[in-house]
Amino acid sequence: MIKEYKTIREIASPLMVVEHVEGVTYDELGELELPNGEVRRCKVLEVEGDKAVVQLFESAQGINLAQTKVRFLGHPQQLAVSEDMLGRVFNGMGRPIDGGPDILADAHMDINGLPMNPAARAYPAEFIQTGVSTIDGLNTLVRGQKLPIFSGSGLPHAALAAQIARQARVLGDNETFAVVFAAIGITFEESEYFINDFRRTGAIDRTVVFSNLANDPAVERIATPRMALTAAEYLAFEKDMQVLVILTDITNYAEALREVSAAKKEVPGRRGYPGYLYTDLATLYERAGRRQGKKGSITMIPILTMPEDDKTHPIPDLTGYITEGQIILSRDLHRKGIVPPVDVLPSLSRLKDKGIGAGKTREDHAGTMNQLFAAYSRGKDAKELMTILGEAALSEDDKLFAKFADEFEKRYVSQGNNTNRTIQETLDLGWELLKILPRRELKRIKPEFIDKYLPQE
Amino acid sequence: MSGTITKVSGPLVVAEGLADANVSDVVRVGSQHLIGEILNMTGDRASIQVYEETSGLGPGAKVVTTGMPMSVELGPGMLDNIYDGIQRPLPEMRAAAGDSITRGIDVPALNREKRWDFVPVAKPGDKVGPGDVLGTVQETSAILHKIMVPNGIKGEVVSVESGSHVVTDVIAVVRDGKGKEHELTMIQRWPVRIARPYEKKYVPSRPMNSGQRIIDTMFPIAKGGTAAVPGPFGSGKTVVQHQLAKWSDVDIVVYIGCGERGNEMTDVLMEFPELKDPRNGEPLMKRTVLIANTSDMPVAAREASIYTGITIAEYFRDMGYDVAVLADSTSRWAEALREMSGRLEEMPGEEGYPAYLASRLAQFYERAGVVECLGQDERRGSVTAIGAVSPPGGDISEPVSQATMRIVKVFWALDSSLAYARHFPAINWLTSYSLYLDTLEPWYTEQFGEAYMQNRTKAMHILQEESELQEIVRLVGQDALSPADRLTMETAKMIREDFLQQNAFVDEDAYSSYAKQFRLMDLVLRYDAICREALDKGVDMNALFTIPAREKIGRAKMADAKTFAADYDAIEAQMKKEIAEVIAGGEDA
Repeated sequence: MIKEYKTIREIASPLMVVEHVEGVTYDELGELELPNGEVRRCKVLEVEGDKAVVQLFESAQGINLAQTKVRFLGHPQQLAVSEDMLGRVFNGMGRPIDGGPDILADAHMDINGLPMNPAARAYPAEFIQTGVSTIDGLNTLVRGQKLPIFSGSGLPHAALAAQIARQARVLGDNETFAVVFAAIGITFEESEYFINDFRRTGAIDRTVVFSNLANDPAVERIATPRMALTAAEYLAFEKDMQVLVILTDITNYAEALREVSAAKKEVPGRRGYPGYLYTDLATLYERAGRRQGKKGSITMIPILTMPEDDKTHPIPDLTGYITEGQIILSRDLHRKGIVPPVDVLPSLSRLKDKGIGAGKTREDHAGTMNQLFAAYSRGKDAKELMTILGEAALSEDDKLFAKFADEFEKRYVSQGNNTNRTIQETLDLGWELLKILPRRELKRIKPEFIDKYLPQE
Repeated sequence: MSGTITKVSGPLVVAEGLADANVSDVVRVGSQHLIGEILNMTGDRASIQVYEETSGLGPGAKVVTTGMPMSVELGPGMLDNIYDGIQRPLPEMRAAAGDSITRGIDVPALNREKRWDFVPVAKPGDKVGPGDVLGTVQETSAILHKIMVPNGIKGEVVSVESGSHVVTDVIAVVRDGKGKEHELTMIQRWPVRIARPYEKKYVPSRPMNSGQRIIDTMFPIAKGGTAAVPGPFGSGKTVVQHQLAKWSDVDIVVYIGCGERGNEMTDVLMEFPELKDPRNGEPLMKRTVLIANTSDMPVAAREASIYTGITIAEYFRDMGYDVAVLADSTSRWAEALREMSGRLEEMPGEEGYPAYLASRLAQFYERAGVVECLGQDERRGSVTAIGAVSPPGGDISEPVSQATMRIVKVFWALDSSLAYARHFPAINWLTSYSLYLDTLEPWYTEQFGEAYMQNRTKAMHILQEESELQEIVRLVGQDALSPADRLTMETAKMIREDFLQQNAFVDEDAYSSYAKQFRLMDLVLRYDAICREALDKGVDMNALFTIPAREKIGRAKMADAKTFAADYDAIEAQMKKEIAEVIAGGEDA
C-alpha cells in the first residue's frame, strides 16, 4: 500500500521537506499530486528520522503546502525499456513526446545503473572509421570509448558530432547499429539540427532521442543523461547493438547539479560546483564500454562548451580526467575558416594504440601519427617565431616545418563536413604532407615504412 | 550489538543504539548487509561511511557492528588477483553477481578452496616470535610466499603440518609462555589504517631500476623512497605508472587504481599476464596485486583502497621483498576524503578539503621505507610508494599537490606542452627533482664508474643552458648565437629527442638497461665534445650538424638490448670518421 502525505513543511525550489514520513528510503522516487490533479516527480536526497529532503524535478510553481499530496513509490527512478524505443522521442524524464503510444516495457531499469566490474570489461580495441582525418588518423576512436568534444560557444561542435554519427562505421562489419541522442538543456534549433540530420540520412529509425530543451525544467537535466544511458545499456547489452551515445551539452548538466547542490547548502568546491562533481560525472561516463562475452558496445561522445574556452574550468577539467581523451575545437582555426576546426595538438585519444596498426588500420599508422604531431608542433613554434622576428630568422629546416604546418591545416584538418575519407586516404594524405620535410627529420617512423610509403618524386 | 538508522545522506548513515561499538569498527548496514565503517560517535549515535551504494536505505533499518576495525586478509592468493577497495576479489564477485557490481556481495578475499603446498621451515621445539617464518608456499611461479608468525604470538612450536592445505587449515601450533596453544593458519588479519610493525627503519640507499631513461639517469628514485607524479589530464600519468609497474626491478607490485577509469584496469588485467618480466621471464601478473576502485564505484571505498593497498605491500615487505606501491590517483582519494568530510559537516580547510588532509597524506607516504623485518633472520624488505596527483587544471598550487610535495623526495612533473608535442614521457627536466641523488651516487659510481653521474650533471647543465639560450633566440633570433651556443642548442635537442623521449609502445624502446642508458648518453655527449673541438678549429657548424651519423644517433635508442654495445661502437666510429672528414674538408677549402 502506498501512503499519501499532506505534510510538506517547506519548499525552496528545487528542494522540499516532507514531515512525518514512514519507511521512506534514500534515492526513492516520489510523486506530487497538485490540487488540480497535475502530477510531478521528485526524489529523496536525505532522510533523517521522519523527515525527508526531496528534490523536485520540475518547477515548484503552484504547489500548495497544505493541499498537495506526496507519494513515495518504493523504488528509485526507472525507465521502461524495449526495442520499440528506436525511432521515438522522449522528454528528459523518459515520457514519450512524439505523440506516439507509451512504450510496452520489456523491463524496468534503474536509471542510475550499476558500476561495471572492471574484471568484466573488455578492452576497447576495434577501430571506428569516422571519415574525419583528424580523428581517424591522429586521435583514433575505438568501440566502447568515451571521447568528448570540448567546444566553446559559437563553435560548430554540432556539425562535427552529426558528421561522426553519420559516417562512423567499423570496417568489414554489418552489426546492428543504434544512436542514442540526449539533448540536455540545448536550444530547440540545435536539437532540431541533429534530428533533421538523422532524418536526412535515414538514421532516425535507429535513433532514440531524449530531449530536455533550454526551456524545460533545469533539474530534470540531472535525470536526462541517465535515461539515455539506461536505454543505451539495454540496447547494447541486452539486444547486442553497437550504440553511439551523444550527450549534449554536459555543461548544462553540471550547472543543474550545481543548482541542487547550492539549494542543499553544501560546501562548494571550485567555482561553486559540488565537491562530488568528479564522482557524479564518472557515474555517467564510465557507463560506456564493452563487456566480455557480450556483442554490443556503448561508444560515447559527450559534448561540452568550455566557459570562456577555458580548458581548466572544472567541467572540462574533470571530464578530461575521466574520459579516454578529448577532441578540442579551436576558435582560431574556426576564424581561419578551417572545417572542422579540430585543434590537433591538445586533442588526444587514449585508446588509439590498441586500435591501430597492421591488421586494424595499417602498419605505418602509429609512426606517421607521431611524426605528424611532432612536425605540426614544431611548425607552429616556427610560425610563432616568424611572426616576431620575420622569416629570415628561421633556419632552412624551420621554414619547411612552417610550410608543413600551413599545408597540414589546409589539407589534412580542413576537410569540410561532407567529406568522408577512408583511413587509407587519410594515411596517404599524411605521407604526402610529410614529403615536405627532409627525410632525416622523420625520426619517428621506421626506415622501412619510409621506403615503402613515402611518395617518390 | 545492533543499532537503528536515523539518517541517510548518500554514503553517510547515522545510527543510534550503538553504545557498545568502537570508533573505526566495521558495521553491516540494513537488510543487504552493506559494509560500512564508523567514523564518529556521539553518545550512542554513530556516523558511518558506507562502502556500497545506499539507495533504498531508510530510517529504521538495522546496523550491526562486527566489533573489528577495517582489516584485510593476508595470505597466499593475493598475487595475480584484482580486488576492489575493500579487498573483495572482482573475478569472484563477477562469478557471484554478474557483470555489474551489485550490493551486499560477500566473498572472502582469499580463496577458501584453493590448496597450497605448505613446506615447513620451523620445526617443533623451535622458539619463534612475530615475523619468524613458519614455512613457505610457492604462491606463483615468480614468488615464494613466506608464512610468518602473526604479531603478538611468541613461544615454542608444538607442531607443523606440511603438505597440501587450504588457507584456513591449521598449519602450525605455537605454545606461548603462559602455556596457551595458538593454532595458526595461513591467514593473518591486519587493520588497514595501522602500519605493520618492523624491527628498524633505514635510509634508502639503492636505486629502483625502472628502465625509463629520464627516471633512472636524471631523477632516480630509491627503493624504499617516495615519489609523486603530478600532471594535468592527457600528460601521460597513467602511462608512466604503467611503465613503472611493468619494468621496476622490485619483487612485488601493488597497483592501486583509485577513482580512475575502468578501462585502464582492464588494460592492466589483459596486458600484464602477457608481458614478461625482463629479469626472470615470468609473466608480470605473477608478481602483481591490483586494487581497483574505479571512478564509478562507491566513493567511500575509494578512501579505503589506498590503505588496503599499502597494507598488502607491507605484508610482502615483511617477507623480505622489495615492493612498489603505485597509487593512481591520490587526488581522487583526497576528493573522497573531502566528500565524506563535507557530509559530516566538518569545518573545511583549503578548497573544501578537510584540515587533516596533509597529515593523512603524510601518514600514507611514511609507510614507505627500507626496513629490517621482524623475525630472527634479520631479512630486509622495502616499500616504495609512488603516487599520481591530478591537480585541477594542471595547477600544482592546489592543496593535494602542495601537501604531497612537502613529503615526497622525488617529483616527476608532467608537462602538458611536452605532451602536445608528443614528447613522452612528458616529464619536465627543468621542474622535476630527485632528492636521492646524493645518497644514490655512491651506488652509481660503484657500478658504472664516475662517468655516469658526471654525464648526468653535464646533460642537465646543457639542458639548463638551452632554456636560457631559447630566451635569447625568442628575442633576437638564432643567428645572434655563437657557434658554440648553437652547438649547445643542438646537443640539448639530441638529449631531449634521442635520449629523454622513450616510446612505451615500442618493444625495443620500452625498457632501457642502465648500461644502455649510460652508453646512449655517452654517445650524445661525445658528439658534443668532438664537435666542440672541431668548432674551435673553425669548422663550419652546419656541416657538423648534418653528418649522416646524426640520423643513426637519432635511432640509436631502438637498438636491441643484446647487441646495443656493438651498435653504439659502430655509430661512434662512424661519427668520429665523418667529423674528421668535415674537419679535413674544411682545411682543404
